This record gives sequence, structure tokens and C-alpha cells, in this order.
Amino acid sequence: MKKNILAFVILGIIFLIFPFVIRSDYYQHLVIIALMWVVIGSSWNLLAGYTGQVSFGHAMFFGVGAYTAGILATKLGISPWWGMMFGGLVSMLIGLFVGWVCFRLRGPYFALATLAGGEIFRLIATNWESLTDGMVGILIIQTFRSKVPYYYIALALAFFCIYAIHLIMKSKWGYYFVSIREDQDAAESLGINTTLYKNVSLLVSSFFTGMAGAFYMNYMAFIDPQVVFSLHYISIMAILVGIVGGVATIMGPAVGAFVMVGVQETFRSAFFGIAPKWISQAHALVFGLLVIFVIMFLANGIVGDWQKIKRNVFRIRASS
Amino acid sequence: MALLEVKNLTKAFGGLKAVNEVSFKVENGQILGLIGPNGSGKTTTFNCINQFYPITSGDILFKGKSIKGLKTHKICHLGIGRTFQVVKPLSRMTVLENITASAFCRVKTIKDARDKAYEVLEFCKLLKDKDKLAKSLPIGGRKRLEIARALATKPDLLLLDETAAGLNPSELDEAIELIRKIRDNGVTILIVEHIMKVIMTISDRIHAINFGQTIAEGSPQEVANNPAVIEAYLGEEYAQG
Ligand SMILES: Nc1ncnc2c1ncn2[C@@H]1O[C@H](COP(=O)(O)OP(=O)(O)OP(=O)(O)O)[C@@H](O)[C@H]1O
Ligand SMILES: [Mg+2]
Repeated sequence: MKKNILAFVILGIIFLIFPFVIRSDYYQHLVIIALMWVVIGSSWNLLAGYTGQVSFGHAMFFGVGAYTAGILATKLGISPWWGMMFGGLVSMLIGLFVGWVCFRLRGPYFALATLAGGEIFRLIATNWESLTDGMVGILIIQTFRSKVPYYYIALALAFFCIYAIHLIMKSKWGYYFVSIREDQDAAESLGINTTLYKNVSLLVSSFFTGMAGAFYMNYMAFIDPQVVFSLHYISIMAILVGIVGGVATIMGPAVGAFVMVGVQETFRSAFFGIAPKWISQAHALVFGLLVIFVIMFLANGIVGDWQKIKRNVFRIRASS
Repeated sequence: MALLEVKNLTKAFGGLKAVNEVSFKVENGQILGLIGPNGSGKTTTFNCINQFYPITSGDILFKGKSIKGLKTHKICHLGIGRTFQVVKPLSRMTVLENITASAFCRVKTIKDARDKAYEVLEFCKLLKDKDKLAKSLPIGGRKRLEIARALATKPDLLLLDETAAGLNPSELDEAIELIRKIRDNGVTILIVEHIMKVIMTISDRIHAINFGQTIAEGSPQEVANNPAVIEAYLGEEYAQG
């Protein structure tokens, strides 16, 4: 316990001083993106890992959050920072609708519905040009030139999200979520309103994901439907962040976010320019291989199987 | 007024009437045994009482009010707890967590839920297993956990579906003792059990069904000597029991 607290304090200090130690825009950018993924991955994990309702469409919430902030800024002149709040709330409304439609059904329906939902929203954003400017996308003027303010906002959001989920999981809600995941029939018979609490989990998850989306709008200053509603880059990535880091663990998605953003960037940049260019085309393939590896050897993710990883690394050292 | 009154309950699965016009009452403080050969509709009756299945016709009154059409979780809040014949542990939660989750039925804070859970753990003699994952318990432990979980919801009426099946003789005696203790704490019990030793010793009254229909009701003695019951059970457990 003491050791844990110490680790968190050290980690906290590292994160707080990071932008003053590493001044490179490029690395600051990567960490900002990773922190954003901490939020999305943790939100996905609350719903899928803890509550057992696997979403294949978190891009829906991310994109809606991003577009809410963007549209408020361009059409109504409302600061996109307010958009972060509204982005979360509008995303939550979408979550409410999705839950209301899907949670009466059991089994794979929710997963399939979210998959379809993400694509539907991408089409809406592409075609409703009067609102979204379609494929042209939305461009706003960045508030800050430096990356440092964005870094601290992302850090605060990530911390707030993890801490909120940590508190939720220690409360009645947390017990209810896991009970629903383990056996919905038993949960219902034990007095748990399973439909209601699946919705609660979805609402929290969509709120934070929407905020992450709105943050993305602020930070990148440009969005288009292909990016923020992307099945591949957002929905699937959210799942990967969760399972690589470890589902149903508090810190899993945080670790997963840094690992996945690292892997993605390594391949996108063809090993930072060392490897031949075609490598960057192969990054989808590498994602696939990574997932297979994790499922085969680390079914509980990096955090979930940490003891196992330590044991094996130790064994390799001892035998060499 | 009876605590629970089942009135002309019918449940059909397609053409099969698994429960057919069954009526019985469970009086406050009583243990009513529900018996019948395999497939006679006992579990289905339970599933109808807590509205796990929608009922086809008839009515169910709890504390004088109809509970037909209510949601299952609502029934639990009203005061009906149940166990499952095919146990449904919350596998990847510890025994303590299983019971704490159920205790939230009556209390708001985690502390109160924990306190209630410890009380139930002790009552059901599960304290030493509290930190084990539910899936790691042997069958006897799982059956006990089913009961403990239901008790944590503070039921007025407890439905026990074959909680003694699969237990060894010493566990069986413990189970009987536990059920008696639960009744002595003021919980009314409706119990389904195949093991005659259990059902005959603890029931105040017994209701017997076959092919979804009532064939007898009375004291354990009366039911045991009823020709229709003997016939239904011929070659089954009764012959050995
Ligand atoms: N969900 C269901 N769908 C279709 N038929 C069902 C369903 N549940 C039960 N039945 C049928 O209803 C009848 C009664 O089953 P039930 O499980 O209530 O019997 P039981 O008295 O509990 O038997 P046992 O002693 O074996 O537990 C059986 O013929 C069974 O096949
Ligand atoms: Mg049965």
C-alpha cells in the first residue's frame, strides 16, 4: 500500500514537470495524444471491462463531442473550451438514446448496434453539410500557440477521469456494474435494476469520451468525419487500448494508451525514419499481431498480468 | 393473510404447460415444501413468482398485493429473495463482494453494505472463504453463497431451489441447520428439494405437483402417504427415502 502511494507520487511529479524537462513539441504532442487516449480507453473500459457491455463504436461519442465543440465555436461563437462541457453532455444524450434502444436486448446486440451507430454518425457528419460542412471539416483557431497549456488540460482530464472511475468502482455503482457483467440474471434477482445501471455506465462512459473528443477539437483545431468518427482510428483503437493495458483494471487503459500511441507512432513514422517507408503502411497489420499476442500470452493485459510478466522476465534473466 | 398467495398460476412454453392452474399459500413464518418429480414445474413456479418469466395466466399476491408484471429487481426490493437451482455465482468477484453487491438492496453506503455482508457471512459460516473468488468455491460453498446472497437482500420470503442437491451427508445436516436458523430469524421459506430427508424434516406443510398440476397438499405425513404422490414418485427417490 505504502509502495503504491509512493509510486503514484513519483509518477505524479514526473507528469507535472514533464513539459519543462522535455521541450520538444513532437514528444509533447505524443504525450498529449496519449493522455487523451487514457480518457477514451478508461471510459471504454468502464462500460466494456467493468460492466461487460462491449462497445465497437466509441468513435460515435468521441466524434459527437468533437463536433459539438466545433459547431458551437464556428456557428455560435461559443468558446470551444465551453464546448468541452457541452461535448460531454451532448455525447451523453447520444448515449442515453443508444442505451434506451439497445439495453432492452441482450447478447451481441449492443456491440452490433454501437458498431452501426458509429458508422451512422460518420455518414450524418459527412452529409449534413449545412451543419457540419461535410467532408470539408471544421477548422477553428487554436487558443494557445504553445503545447504546454494543452498538455496540462489533457493531464487534468485524464486524472479526473481515472479518479472518477476509481471512486465509482468503489461505490454501489461499481459493485452493480461488475455484478451485471458477471451474471445479469443473478444481478436482477438480487435487486439490481440491470437496465438502469447499464445505462448509468454508458452515460458516464459517453460523457468522458465526448469530453475527450471536444478536447481533440480544441487541440488539433481541425476535424473531419473520416478522422473523428473513424472505426479504425477511434473505435478499434479504444478497444485495443483497453485490452492491451488490461480490461477491468483502473490503470490498465492508462498503460494501454501510452503503449498503443507509442506503437502507432513508431510504425506511422516508420521507426522514426530509420526503417523503409512501406513499414508505415503495415501498421494495421502490426495492430492485429499485437492483439493476437496479447490475447494469447497476456489475456488480462499488461496491468492485469503484471505479476506474470515480472515472473517471466525474472526467469529469462535468471536463466541467461 | 398469507404472505404469498399463488392463484391459478399457469405458465406455458409454446404448447407445453409447465405450470397448470397451480394454487397455494405460504403463511408467515412457515416453511412450505414444494415437491414433484423432475420436470414437474417447480423451478418454473419460482421463476414465475419472482417474475423472471412473465406468467401466462393467474395471479401472485405478496403481502396481499399483486406482483404480476413487476420487474424482477423490484420483486427483490419488495422482499422476495431467491436462489438458483443451477447456481449463478458472480464468478470473478470474491464471496465478500458477491454478498456486498446484494446488500446494497437495502442500504446506501459501502460501509453499511460491508457490515451487512459480514453479518451474513458469519451467519452462513462463509467467513473463512470471504476473499476467495466465487468461481473457486466447491459446490457446497456455492450453494451456501446462493443462500447468503439472497439473505443479504433482507427478504421476508426466501425461495430455495434445491440448495441441498449435490451435498455430502455432513454438508446436508449443516444445510438443514442453516435453513432452520433462517426461519427462526423470521424469514418465511418456500423450498424445493428432491432429498426427502431434508424436505420431510423441515417443512411445515408440503405442496406436491406433477406435470405442472397440484396432486396433493398437507402435512409431510399426509403427503408422504398420499397415493397420488406415491405413484408420481414410484421408482424415484421416495422409494429409497
Ligand atoms: N425456458 C424454458 N423454455 C421451454 N421449456 C421450459 C423452460 N423452462 C422449463 N421448461 C420445461 O418446463 C417443464 C418444467 O421444468 P422445471 O424446470 O420447472 O421442472 P422442475 O420441477 O424444476 O424439475 P427438476 O426437478 O428437474 O429441477 C419441463 O418440461 C421443462 O423442459
Ligand atoms: Mg428445478
